[in-house]
Amino acid sequence: MTGEMIAFFFLALTAIAGGVLLINLSNVVHMVVALIFTFIAIAGIYITLSAEFVAVVQVLIYSGAITIIMLFGIMLTRHQEKEKRAPRLKVILTGLAIGLFFLIMYGKIKDLDFGQQNAELHIDNTKKIGIELYSHYVIPFELTSVLLLVALIGSIILAKRDDDEKEAKK
Amino acid sequence: MSSVSLAAYLTLALILFCIGLFGALTKRNAVIVLISIELMLNAVNINLVAFAKYSINPGLTGQIFSLFTITVAAAEAAVGLAILIALYRNRQTVNVDEMDTMKR
Repeated sequence: MTGEMIAFFFLALTAIAGGVLLINLSNVVHMVVALIFTFIAIAGIYITLSAEFVAVVQVLIYSGAITIIMLFGIMLTRHQEKEKRAPRLKVILTGLAIGLFFLIMYGKIKDLDFGQQNAELHIDNTKKIGIELYSHYVIPFELTSVLLLVALIGSIILAKRDDDEKEAKK
Repeated sequence: MSSVSLAAYLTLALILFCIGLFGALTKRNAVIVLISIELMLNAVNINLVAFAKYSINPGLTGQIFSLFTITVAAAEAAVGLAILIALYRNRQTVNVDEMDTMKR
């Protein structure tokens, strides 16, 4: 039992526990808070996979930004404090289908092992990612900025109150 | 030689993906459906980063691809929430069962 293994099991357990709480809790705000644990545990998993930069981005974007924006979404909309369950038959059928999917995929991946690993990935991780992003992946990188701009303007337009409609009602 | 195998990481990602899929299909609050989709995207990111380290040809490509995925996921969350707010303003509900105007 090495330290890496202990860290992996602890983080994996935290991540799965957060997911199970998301399914089982009834208060909507508690569900989102449970998911913060999952996101932070996934950031830890990235560190064990020697991807430090991705781990920091995960903490910033997921457990910071996306969780807060989802909490805003919950606060701004009226909702039942206790979420009603879906019909039992639907839950059982969905569970069976997803269980079948899980078994098929697990059967395929449980023996997958390429037997090799690159131990050099964590050395100057951020610097290497920066060099790659600005040389080999510069076009997708710039396209991403356009995508973010479009998403920003699009969400403002979508969520904006329609003034013409208001005046027509008056 | 590392002790945690590639299959362990892939299994963790598979479990998280199944939890996200179950939440997205059975939950009735639209915000929870959106956040379940984020969980599914996160599981895919674990796969990408795991393959970046433990593949036949290891490299940074998987990590960079996961960064792009995170960006697209953030944009998707923002637009999804904007649609949700607009829908709430018109229908006064966030329950996915009641969003059936296009079926009637």
